[in-house]
Amino acid sequence: MKLVKAIVRPSRLPDVLRALYAADITGLTVSRVRGHGGEVEVVETYRGTTVKMEMHDKVMIDIGVSDTFVDVAVDAICGSAATGNVGDGKIFVLPVERVVRVRTGEEDVAAVTPVR
Amino acid sequence: MTKKKICVLTVLGLLVPSVLAQEADAISGADTSWLLVSTALVLLMTPALAFFYGGLVRSKNALNTMMMSFVALGISGTLWAVAGYSLAFGEGGDWIGDFSMAFLAGVGLEPSGTTPHLLFMGFQGTFAIITAALISGAVVERMKFVSYVVFIGLWGLVVYAPVCHWVWGGGWLGGMGALDFAGGAVVHVNAGIAALVAARVLGPRKDYGREALLPHNVPFVLLGAGVLWFGWFGFNGGSALAADGIAALALVNTLLAPAAGIFVWTLLDRFTTGKITAVGIATAIVVGLVAITPAAGFVSPGGALALGAVGVIPSYYIIRWRTKTSLDDSLDVFAAHGMGGIMGALLTGVLATTAINSGGANGLLFGGGVTQLGIQALSVLAVAVYSGVLTYLILKLVGLITKLRADSSDEGLGMDIVAHGEEAYATGEGAVLLNESEAPERVNGLTKKD
Repeated sequence: MKLVKAIVRPSRLPDVLRALYAADITGLTVSRVRGHGGEVEVVETYRGTTVKMEMHDKVMIDIGVSDTFVDVAVDAICGSAATGNVGDGKIFVLPVERVVRVRTGEEDVAAVTPVR
Repeated sequence: MTKKKICVLTVLGLLVPSVLAQEADAISGADTSWLLVSTALVLLMTPALAFFYGGLVRSKNALNTMMMSFVALGISGTLWAVAGYSLAFGEGGDWIGDFSMAFLAGVGLEPSGTTPHLLFMGFQGTFAIITAALISGAVVERMKFVSYVVFIGLWGLVVYAPVCHWVWGGGWLGGMGALDFAGGAVVHVNAGIAALVAARVLGPRKDYGREALLPHNVPFVLLGAGVLWFGWFGFNGGSALAADGIAALALVNTLLAPAAGIFVWTLLDRFTTGKITAVGIATAIVVGLVAITPAAGFVSPGGALALGAVGVIPSYYIIRWRTKTSLDDSLDVFAAHGMGGIMGALLTGVLATTAINSGGANGLLFGGGVTQLGIQALSVLAVAVYSGVLTYLILKLVGLITKLRADSSDEGLGMDIVAHGEEAYATGEGAVLLNESEAPERVNGLTKKD
């Protein structure tokens, strides 16, 4: 069991979701986050107050998958989220101790297998 | 002869003061008061349009979209005083005015009809501003801001001013008897066709047809539509150029036509999509207002209800159809203003009656035969062709000087940051204050990469 945690550009999210669905990965959680990964800074001015925006809007996708699906998920995200510019994001793969599906009490692989 | 026409003749008379001086009425306090208020009301429509359009785009483009309306206040307003007013209302000929009143030469406090000439210029200026701003709805989320500014500046002088002259400035369409009370052809068909052409020339947004491009703030859309309606009482009511019965008629018709438009639109919505939508009602208000604009002072209140009810129907179906095509007229300027204006202009030729305004004409239903309808159709056709061709040429010309569209990556980042270096909803998180000396060299609002 692994947790795939991907941080991508908001503008790429529709493509990423399409790629994941196409790879049969349908269970996921999306959150809006702000972060910084060394990309070009944005300078903004509000009536004489000039600021450097160090944080950029990103989207974080959390996906619990069985071990065999890790590469599938990573490939799908990389293929769909990349623009080639700094700031495309990161993918972290974390070990997971236990997964429980709340509705049925199923555990681990059964819990992350999509309902047909 | 309409009030507007009489006024225009008076304006022209001012150029030969000795001849017509005695015919010019004295200034009426009542008429002047109403025109003062109306001018302020019409000006408010442009910020209202900013909210209407701004709510309809994605949050990363909210400021840019609103700025496209706000910048028209500056550009179109200034150019109107510099030359636009003179090109529209100068004596000139059938097709265009002249430069006799450039920089407001000779435009003073003398009477024009029963109100000061200067006030008439200001009132008309607010029309020039909103007409240019209307076009922006077709090019939002992708057009470079500078290109847009240059475009609407040229458009106001080359397209709006002559068309205004044709109908209101003593030109050929007005002379032929075309009825356009407050700008169905001059403002709405004109801007609607320009929008259609601009959307085609620019091409669709990069995400158009690939992903859902949803309104980011529907309450803004409703707020904008509501304030537009409020301002429109000055747009139509003020076009009587007097505080009289015709102004009252125009104002009440401006109340009734959108009401009937909402009524029909909600029915169409209910039976087509199953739900009555907020964006739908906001759109219905605008289309109803557009449709009544040319007819406001020429049809009875009953006629206004009928006109509002029938006038919105084509727009409803065009919007539904348009979203399935490659035509990214992003905020449906053609459907709302072009089609609404065409319906309004044509229905004026059907529903106008001299029983309610002896200065108007009789339409098809009131014994006027097809004559008036034919004149109305001709005015729509002439304005559409001229506006379409000239808009295309201006955009191509601007395109030779600078790029019309933002780069694809900038479009993805959002026009607010790229064009203005501001965000509509900045939280301040992660913002580091920069001193003057620290400010890095800027490239399109982004700092230059090391």
